[in-house]
Order: sequence, then structure tokens, then C-alpha cells
Amino acid sequence: MAALLAILIGCLYAAGVYMMLRRSLFKLILGLVLLSHGANLLIFTAGGLTRAQPPIIPAGADAPVVPSADPLPQALILTAIVIGFGVLAFALVLFHRAYQTIGSDDPDELRVSDG
Amino acid sequence: MNVLLVLPLVIPLTTAAASLLAWRRLPLQRFLAVAGAAALLAASAALLAGVWTNGIAATQMGGWPAPFGITLVADLFSAVMVVLAGVVGLAVAVYSLASLDEPRESFGYYPLLHVLLMGVCGAFLTGDLFNLYVWFEVMLMASFVLLALGGEPDQLRGAIKYVTLNLVASALFLAAVGILYGLAGTLNLADLAGKLNSLAEPSTVTALAMLFLVAFGIKAAVFPLFFWLPASYHTPPVAVSAVFAGLLTKVGVYALIRVFTLLFVQDVGYTHTLILVLSGLTMVTGVLGAAAQQEFRRILSFHIISQIGYMILGLGLAGLTTSTALATLALAGSVFYITHHIIVKTNLFLVSGVARRLGGSFELKALGGLYRGRPGLAILFLIPALSLAGMPPLSGFFAKLSLVQAGLGAGQYAIVAVALVVGLLTLFSMTKIWAEAFWKPAPADSALDSPPPDLGPRERYTLLLPIGLLAVLTVTIGLAAGPVFTLATRAAEQLVNRDAYVHAVLGGQR
Repeated sequence: MAALLAILIGCLYAAGVYMMLRRSLFKLILGLVLLSHGANLLIFTAGGLTRAQPPIIPAGADAPVVPSADPLPQALILTAIVIGFGVLAFALVLFHRAYQTIGSDDPDELRVSDG
Repeated sequence: MNVLLVLPLVIPLTTAAASLLAWRRLPLQRFLAVAGAAALLAASAALLAGVWTNGIAATQMGGWPAPFGITLVADLFSAVMVVLAGVVGLAVAVYSLASLDEPRESFGYYPLLHVLLMGVCGAFLTGDLFNLYVWFEVMLMASFVLLALGGEPDQLRGAIKYVTLNLVASALFLAAVGILYGLAGTLNLADLAGKLNSLAEPSTVTALAMLFLVAFGIKAAVFPLFFWLPASYHTPPVAVSAVFAGLLTKVGVYALIRVFTLLFVQDVGYTHTLILVLSGLTMVTGVLGAAAQQEFRRILSFHIISQIGYMILGLGLAGLTTSTALATLALAGSVFYITHHIIVKTNLFLVSGVARRLGGSFELKALGGLYRGRPGLAILFLIPALSLAGMPPLSGFFAKLSLVQAGLGAGQYAIVAVALVVGLLTLFSMTKIWAEAFWKPAPADSALDSPPPDLGPRERYTLLLPIGLLAVLTVTIGLAAGPVFTLATRAAEQLVNRDAYVHAVLGGQR
């Protein structure tokens, strides 16, 4: 399972980088989305995939049933998803505004500010 | 719970929230912005004083013991950085009062500025890697909006590059954090410091260190990952440029120094040599880039890059020497350099705004005659400019001196030579600005025909007061280099001696 996920993560990263290299602001955003999804899945996989109990301590006991899953990677991913969602929403608005102002979807048109 | 550690986060948050509530009342927002920044400075000074007398302070959020909860830690390095954030915040808040146009002010500039300060302080104070990621995002989100606020075409062009590169850096950082968690089972910095040394595969740790180096390197604008900086920093209003130039890349440098002194010290021969080489290349490319520019703020932007090289030079040297005293000297040089740089660079950007106001342009060709019309401003430019180039007795001289001493002590003669040559080239760049903007007669068609347009009395105070105070601070650091250097040395001792940090966070557990 971990190997399968590793391949999937690799594909997401590759597709993300490929999309970012295309000459289109819209595809640039898609690339960023794929990259952040890849990173989230990476945390999930690196955190350890186990078939285990939910990490809940039963009533009366003072330790969870072993083996129990590690809840922390999921908490990290949840945080990262929320942050990523906010940032990408902003990026979409920014890129749309830039498209309206500059009148082009081509990243090469951005070169002016480099001088 | 140590209140002093929480105040630098709570004060900007409260200020931002209160400013949002006062959305339609600009005078109140302005007052809140300055008062909040002053309170932040006061709180951070109290924090520094507390850490100075009582040693490293740590507090566990929510009462969860480390390494399970989120820890806030302030050693002297963190505390100094928070104080600097307070200084820059206050200077820029005052400067914004007169320099910002009303549409920007009324669309949430002041709340955003304080959210940015909160993110910066949080990044300096956190003792947990994932929490660092969160603070980075808080800071980035505010900076994205500040950069694009106003929506001029150049701003949008700059913002797209800035946003894209920073999102890529964040994705890399996040991936590195995930792998590190899988490897060590913890993200608490102090806990990691112990666990990384006992791992079975040191090569994996080095690979991870490289991932962190790239992620933080993009944020710190280290060679060859700096290109987003000169493409974006000159586009927003001056007040925004100044706070970005002063603080944002330095958060990246702070993170680099933190992880490469606390966590990744297993294979220093590889990692820190790389850092040393990168520091040399960063210095050289930055200063050469500046030499080719003819626009005030773009020259300054390239100099940020070149100066970042000096800051991580100390980090590289510290890893490559076996003597604790030399490592301390090198890191003290870095801390001193960051302190000096934040004040000076913010000030130079603020001066560029006044020059623009008087001369009508950021282009050096269109400027001129400022010395004749405004000798006071010329002096205020000269102080930070010469300090940046490292002229004694200003702050930059002592910062460079300690780095050069450490480099000679460690036997890294090549990098010392690079550092000295880059210092000379910096002087060349600064004299270029001096000659073009201040010394040469005003071009015939410029707005500066004579006499130069006057600043109103209110403008005069709000624009020149922060510049003057920062200049005074630069001179003070230069003249009182002894005490400041003692502070930097003690901060460096805490960085070198990792046990004190670990002990402060984890208590007597190990």
C-alpha cells in the first residue's frame, strides 16, 4: 500500500511540476494544487500506514488498545488542507485579477517587472 | 504560563481584530496601528529583558507537556528577533500614516500589517516545526495581500511570482515536515534535537536537511533561489517594501539558523560546507545584480540578497569549525549582522520613499539635486548606506568584523576574501545612489527644479521621524558595539550549546 501511494505521490508531484511549467497562469494554479495535494498525501504516507484501532482510550482503561493508529498526521494534513484551501482561493482571485489587468494568460507577459 | 511569550502574538492579533472592527473609521485604525506596534515593541523589550536575566523561556500552550503540545520558546536569538520585529513594525506603522494613499489604507492595510507582524513573531517564538509552518502561512497570507493591495499592473506581476514561489516553498517545507515526522515521530524542535542523533540512517537525515535548506532557502532568498525577490519587492508602496525587506527574508534566515544549529548537525562537513558555498555565491550574485540596476528600490532589493549571504556565512562557519569559541564568534557575527541589517535596510527603503516623494521617481536618472535641496535627508541616507557597506564606526562594520574574524580563525580564507570584496562593491552601489540621487544636479525636466516641493509639517514628522530614529539606532549600535556584541555572543552561546534549549523545553526529562 505504501509503495502504491508513493507512486501516486510521485505522479502528483510530476504532474504538478509539469503543469507549472506550461505557459498558462491557469495551469500554474492547477500545478500548485497538485503539489499541495502531493505534500498532504506524503505526510499521510510517511506518518505510517497501519491497519489499527482508532486511537481512543476505552472507558475504564488508561491506555489505548494497541495497535492504534497515529492521529497526528491526520491532524497535520487537516491543518495543511485548510491553509492550502485559503491560500489557493486567494491565488485564484489574484491570478484572475492579473488576467483582467494585464490581459493575457501567458506568464511571459509578466516579465516587465523584472526589467 | 509565561505571559511574556504570548504577548508578542496576542498584541498584534488584538490590534488587527480591533482595526477590522473599526473598518470605516480610518483615524481610529491609524491610532490603533501605531499604539499596537508600540505595545508590541514594549512587550518584546520586556521579553528580551526577561530572557536576558532568567535564561531561555518556554511555555506549553494549552497545558500539554512538551513534546505533545505546542511549545513557545524564546532564547536570546528569538527574543532579539522579536524586538527587531517590534522596531520595524513601529517605524513602518508611523511612516505609513503619511506615505500611504487613502484607498489602500481603507482596504485593510493596518490590520494586515499587524497580522504580518503576528506571523513573524510567531515564527520566531515557536518551538515546533509544524507550528512554524502555520506561522509561515499566516505571515505569507498577509504578505500576499499587502503586496497585491492596490492592484497596479506591476504589483500584480510581482505578486504572481512571489505567491507562486512561496507556495512551492511551502509545499516543500510541508513535505519535509511530513517525512521528518515519519522518521522521528515528533516535530518538537527540542525533542527532535535529541532523536535525530540516534537514528539508524544518518544519510536520510542529510537528505531531509537538504529539503529544509531548499524550502527555507527560497524564503530567505539564498542563491540560486532568490529571483522572486527583485521581481516583486519594488512594486508595492514603500511602507510595504520596507517591512518586507526588513523582516520577511530574515524569517527564512532565522529558520535556517535554527534548524541547522539545533537539528541538522550530524553531517556538518557536507551540509555546512554547502551553506558556506551558497553564502559566497549569494553575496556575489546579489551585489553584482545591484550594480546593473538603475532604480532605487531595485538596487536595495538586490542588496538584501547579498546581505543574506553574510548572515548565513556565520552559520556555515559555525558548522565547519571544531572550536566552540569560534563557532560562537561566527554565530554571534550572524546575529549581529541580522540585527544591523534589519534596521539599516528598513531605513534605506523608507528613505527611498521620501526621495520618491521629493523627486517624483524611483529611477536614479530622473532623480538628482536632493543634497542641495535637502541636506538633512542626504545625511539620513548616508548613515544607513555607509553602515550597509560596513564603514566604521557604524553598525555594519562591527557585524562584518566579527564574521571576518571567525572566517580567518576557521581558516576559510577564500570566503573572507569574497566577503571583503562584496563589501567594497556594496560601497560602490551606495555611492552610485548617492551620486545620482543626491549629488548630481537635478535633471532639467524633473519635479525638483528648485526649490524642491515642501513636505507638510505633519508629513515631515511622520516620514522623517522613523527614518531619524532608525538612523540613531544604527549609530548607537555602532558606538555601543560592545554591549550589543555581548548580547549577540550570549545568543550565539545558546545556539551552540543545544542542551540548554532542550532542557528549557523538555524540563528534566532527559
